[in-house]
Amino acid sequence: MSILLDRDSRVIVQGITGRMARFHTKDMLDYGTNVVGGVVPGKGGETVEGVPVFDTVKQAVEATSADASLVFVPPPFAADSIMEAADAGIRYCVCITDGIPAQDMIRVKRYMYRYPKDKRMVLTGPNCAGTISPGKALLGIMPGHIYLPGNVGIIGRSGTLGYEAAAQLKELGIGVSTSVGIGGDPINGSSFRDILERFEQDKDTEVIAMIGEIGGPQEAEAAEYIRDNITKPVVAYVAGLTAPKGRTMGHAGAIISAFGESASEKVEILSAAGVTVAENPAVIGETIARVMGKAA
Amino acid sequence: MDIHEYQAKEVLSNFGVAVPSGALAYSPEQAAYRARELGGDRWIVKAQVHAGGRGKAGGVKLCNTENEIHEACDEMFGRRLVTHQTGPEGKGIYRVYVESAVPIDREIYLGFVLDRSSQRVMIVASSEGGMEIEDISAERPDSIVRSIVEPAVGLQEFQAREIAFQLGFEAKLVQQMVRTLQGCYAAFSNLDATMVEINPLVITGDDRVLALDAKMSFDDNALFRHPQISELRDKSQEDPRESRAADRGLSYVGLDGNIGCIVNGAGLAMATMDTIKLAGGEPANFLDIGGGASPERVAKAFRLVLSDKNVQAVLVNIFAGINRCDWVAEGVVQALRELDLEIPVIVRLAGTNVAEGQKILAKSGLPIIRATTLMEAAERAVGAWQNDLTQNTKMRAV
Repeated sequence: MSILLDRDSRVIVQGITGRMARFHTKDMLDYGTNVVGGVVPGKGGETVEGVPVFDTVKQAVEATSADASLVFVPPPFAADSIMEAADAGIRYCVCITDGIPAQDMIRVKRYMYRYPKDKRMVLTGPNCAGTISPGKALLGIMPGHIYLPGNVGIIGRSGTLGYEAAAQLKELGIGVSTSVGIGGDPINGSSFRDILERFEQDKDTEVIAMIGEIGGPQEAEAAEYIRDNITKPVVAYVAGLTAPKGRTMGHAGAIISAFGESASEKVEILSAAGVTVAENPAVIGETIARVMGKAA
Repeated sequence: MDIHEYQAKEVLSNFGVAVPSGALAYSPEQAAYRARELGGDRWIVKAQVHAGGRGKAGGVKLCNTENEIHEACDEMFGRRLVTHQTGPEGKGIYRVYVESAVPIDREIYLGFVLDRSSQRVMIVASSEGGMEIEDISAERPDSIVRSIVEPAVGLQEFQAREIAFQLGFEAKLVQQMVRTLQGCYAAFSNLDATMVEINPLVITGDDRVLALDAKMSFDDNALFRHPQISELRDKSQEDPRESRAADRGLSYVGLDGNIGCIVNGAGLAMATMDTIKLAGGEPANFLDIGGGASPERVAKAFRLVLSDKNVQAVLVNIFAGINRCDWVAEGVVQALRELDLEIPVIVRLAGTNVAEGQKILAKSGLPIIRATTLMEAAERAVGAWQNDLTQNTKMRAV
């Protein structure tokens, strides 16, 4: 069993008729993901890449027993789609959409709390590349072939920097249990802490790698959680040592606006919590290998 | 997106927040005329720029006569105001706001922010108004009052009352403070703001609660549903390269170094800048060209990076995931042929079809310096830049 996503996950794609969504639906099917349907209001009855399209998430869940969803809906409507998935009984939702208004995400998170914890959907993203359990299933837009199956759990705010880490691991013959993109937005579905908790309990994960960046309190909150609750070794890298204060660096959430939000402060906080910090992005793979006791 | 003080005051007063009477002017003559219209015998002339710290930088002047208004304006108009928030290049003053001066009894700090820990709107207030919030947190942390708003129901009156009493408001003034807080929250949530700051909020000698200054920022991702806010954008306050990049869908931040960066993905772009620094160089910019990295985008990115005259070498770092390296390599070659560059270009490709990509770069006959790893790319970029520099210096010496 891997966390969040497995071979038997039954996936629907919200917004499946869009150009990008079609492309990635095919890619996910090719990877072996069990994509069972799509949802686009008003396009029920059509098919995309051989999978049926429904008007509502409820209809899709009833017809296909879907339990996971990938949201590809444009920013103005994405929050609504996430809430629709939460209400229809989807267990795990990844939202790829970049550019959702922050206050929409505040409402989404508030809405999800109307369900008791055991019935509450898990959301990762928005503004992320998705989640992959290599060799089993891919729910997102990442290139599946750069990930080897294995025992490193990856959590990252950035897409391509996560690819960089996975590719460095592959080069060293090290594989990944699950890689989870939590996204670059200021208000996101799951934090580092939420995913750390899952990796700690996951039998298939031996080492956890956290790829953070400037802005926000989530790395510092994770450090505290690691110190008190995580027994597995954790390796981290924090991007943005050269980023100036008060400027948004691409990701809406990548902005240093308070104490503890710069890369050097985060590195210090993580190191103090016992996390092994990779000093530069070129040695993320090596550092993980060293922690695992494998020669780099 | 940021807006000017006078715009923020207009927005907030539409939501019931009381502000002093004031008027906008585009010239010294107009400013004097506005002062006459406002009446009274003391006015504040305030430079309208998108930055805090205007007072200390000479952007806020108290005037007692029309003549003084003229003098204050002459000093401001056309000048670039440099404050601790603007950087050394400062921000141009093209508008001033003329306001009736009010007698001040007390100054309060009031801010509304998106709190990323609680993932809700947080109100931050302090009895130490007039100081920057960073200084208040450092020097008088005990004076800070915080309150988190529950998004499902909005700001409740009891919360607003609690804040007023904690700040030591007299009972007869509490209702005015409640109205101010509710007005700010309504503006914040209805208009998708990311920040409202009133510093100072004052209690006047005649028992009024007034926003003496006002700053607002808005969520760029929500501007599509607030056309009346989008119209308040003032491009004269933005870095022209950054606004040009944004108009083309590229995310660019100019920095002080001389190694230009072209990268796909925000995290990888920051990581590339960091590696350049580790290798002994200084990045000239942050640039995320998006996950795709099409040839057109690469070409646009080159033109943008080269518009910074400090750039003496360019490092391209593309991780081709869904795209293939050979396709990206063709884009780079095509862009370089069009541009006819005289400075070193270092290209590092990784991901799908990397060998084919490298082959295309090698065969192009262009003087591209190739690299396999991120560290190697950064080292070669720094090396090439230093080399180039020495050669140029030698040539000049000869």
